[in-house]
Amino acid sequence: MAVVAGTPRPAAAPKTRPPTAPGGRRGLSGLLMAAPALLLFTLFGLVPLGGVVVLSLTSWDGLGAIGWAGFGNWGGVLTDGATWQALWLTVKVMVISWLVQTPVALALGLFQAPRGRTRAFLAVLWFLPLLLSAVAIGLTWQALLDPSFGIGATPGLHWLAEPLLGSPDLALYTVIAVIAWQFVPFHALLYQSGIRQIPVSLYEAAAIDGAGPVTRLLRITLPQLKYTFVTSSTLMLVGSLTYFDLIFVLSGGTGGPGTATRVLPLAMYITGFQSHDMGRASAIATLLVVFGLGLSLFTTRLSGFTRMESQQEGL
Amino acid sequence: MSTTVTKERTGPGQQRAVQPRTPAGARRRPWISGAPRRALTGGAALVWTALVVVPVYWLVVTSLRSRTDFTTDSPLALPGRPTLDNYKTVLDGDFATYLLNSVVVTVGAVVLTVAAALMASFSIVRYTNSWSRLSFRMYLLGLAIPLQAVIIPVYLLIIRMDMYDSLLAIVLPSAAFALPITVMILVSFLRDIPRSLFEAMIVDGAGDWRMLFSLVAPMARPALMTVAVYDGLQVWNGFLFPLILTQSGDKAVLPLALTLYRGQFGIDVPATMAAVVLSTLPMLAVFLLAKRQLVAGLTAGFSK
Repeated sequence: MAVVAGTPRPAAAPKTRPPTAPGGRRGLSGLLMAAPALLLFTLFGLVPLGGVVVLSLTSWDGLGAIGWAGFGNWGGVLTDGATWQALWLTVKVMVISWLVQTPVALALGLFQAPRGRTRAFLAVLWFLPLLLSAVAIGLTWQALLDPSFGIGATPGLHWLAEPLLGSPDLALYTVIAVIAWQFVPFHALLYQSGIRQIPVSLYEAAAIDGAGPVTRLLRITLPQLKYTFVTSSTLMLVGSLTYFDLIFVLSGGTGGPGTATRVLPLAMYITGFQSHDMGRASAIATLLVVFGLGLSLFTTRLSGFTRMESQQEGL
Repeated sequence: MSTTVTKERTGPGQQRAVQPRTPAGARRRPWISGAPRRALTGGAALVWTALVVVPVYWLVVTSLRSRTDFTTDSPLALPGRPTLDNYKTVLDGDFATYLLNSVVVTVGAVVLTVAAALMASFSIVRYTNSWSRLSFRMYLLGLAIPLQAVIIPVYLLIIRMDMYDSLLAIVLPSAAFALPITVMILVSFLRDIPRSLFEAMIVDGAGDWRMLFSLVAPMARPALMTVAVYDGLQVWNGFLFPLILTQSGDKAVLPLALTLYRGQFGIDVPATMAAVVLSTLPMLAVFLLAKRQLVAGLTAGFSK
């Protein structure tokens, strides 16, 4: 982990650090408090993280004995065009989702930030997709987009009677749209709370300087939302690796039509739990791990998110 | 400094309420205002509202149609002969079992996560030594571990621990994977608790545990509510762990049960939609009750 995490910098004690508790209990109680979370996360997070790499070198059908397989799975996975297609679809979903969701979430956050009854009421409505499970959303949209009995059967909406989920060309974009439907409210909320935390004094200073609305947006609001932007983007990008439930339900567990929506997690699931080739599925899963960790390392490096201090700037 | 805090607390909304419109314009809506913003965000708001309302409306009216009306009625029309038969069909089945399973799993995982994460976050904020930095980074990276990527080893672990097809098999991994985000949120909240408060308690001779219970936990209440609601939602709606780690019908949680309904009801779309509505009602209730805490927790913060 240390290699992945980068060299931990020596603890340069900040000036504001609280003095040590008396009686020399500091190390012990701190450790005791950290222990349950560490234990739980190590057992079900870190051990499986290493485990998936080890399992990618074995052959296992999910029930019987686990045998050593060397790099056989890897050779198979890396030379299989299906893997690369799944990887490409994953990247496509990730990038398009980010491009679609960020501006919408920011605009909705800007709209929601001032308090008021209409806005509060709308916010409750906007919350609804957040409350539904991915399975519920998947089943609803699948029925809603059904060309015969779905919304396309409404007079005037016949142009929606396309097989949006059944066409290999459209299915991926339909899935991306439904994903946005599910996740935009959460990110709008992040932006809303970020905007509300911007100190009023900054705007007062700007008003004294005669700054107009556009200047205030560009010079105060957007720069002050830097951390919100990083948080939201990180969650979106990394989260897009995990769009499994929704695609699973929308495609009836196949990642189809054909392989049109078979992103990496689905390819992994189908290989492991339907074709009972856990070794090969673990190799695909390892790709996901590398992808996820690389992405998160990239975004946090870019942002200095690990700084151990308050995130309010300019005051 | 104290004036800054007061203004922070006052917040944009109150400013607006006190001073509806001033020539300066800046106090009214302190972030941005004016026509460009209103056109942009108002338009987005309108479109988004329609996008959310139409599918949800369709979901509800469809669940109130009979099977025959479903094939003949116009999809967005109000049901001509509304019926609760679909709900009866769902409730006559094993819905109560699925509901109970979901409640047990969610409550168990949330309590475990929030308790463990609060202690861990306090320890991370209190001790800024290399170990605490390392563990913070570990959770940060944990944020990046896709659930799906480690599901096979987790499946293997659960089998070896003899927990396969039990509710505990869902609780433990769900809690473990809720930890990173929970720790991140709590740490960023606890970081902003003024140092002087800790120092005052230390002067009073308080140890870490007393600080945790009488300072950190009460102050972090809004954040704790937020993470509890957020984690609860994730676990309640979680699908992968139940799908992989349980198999019998009497261990199914609601999202998994929904896929069972689809198989069972087949083309009976109204009944499936009724099951979808029923599975969402508990979360809707929690949201309506805890909305204030949720929003307060997300927007709370202390100025330096």
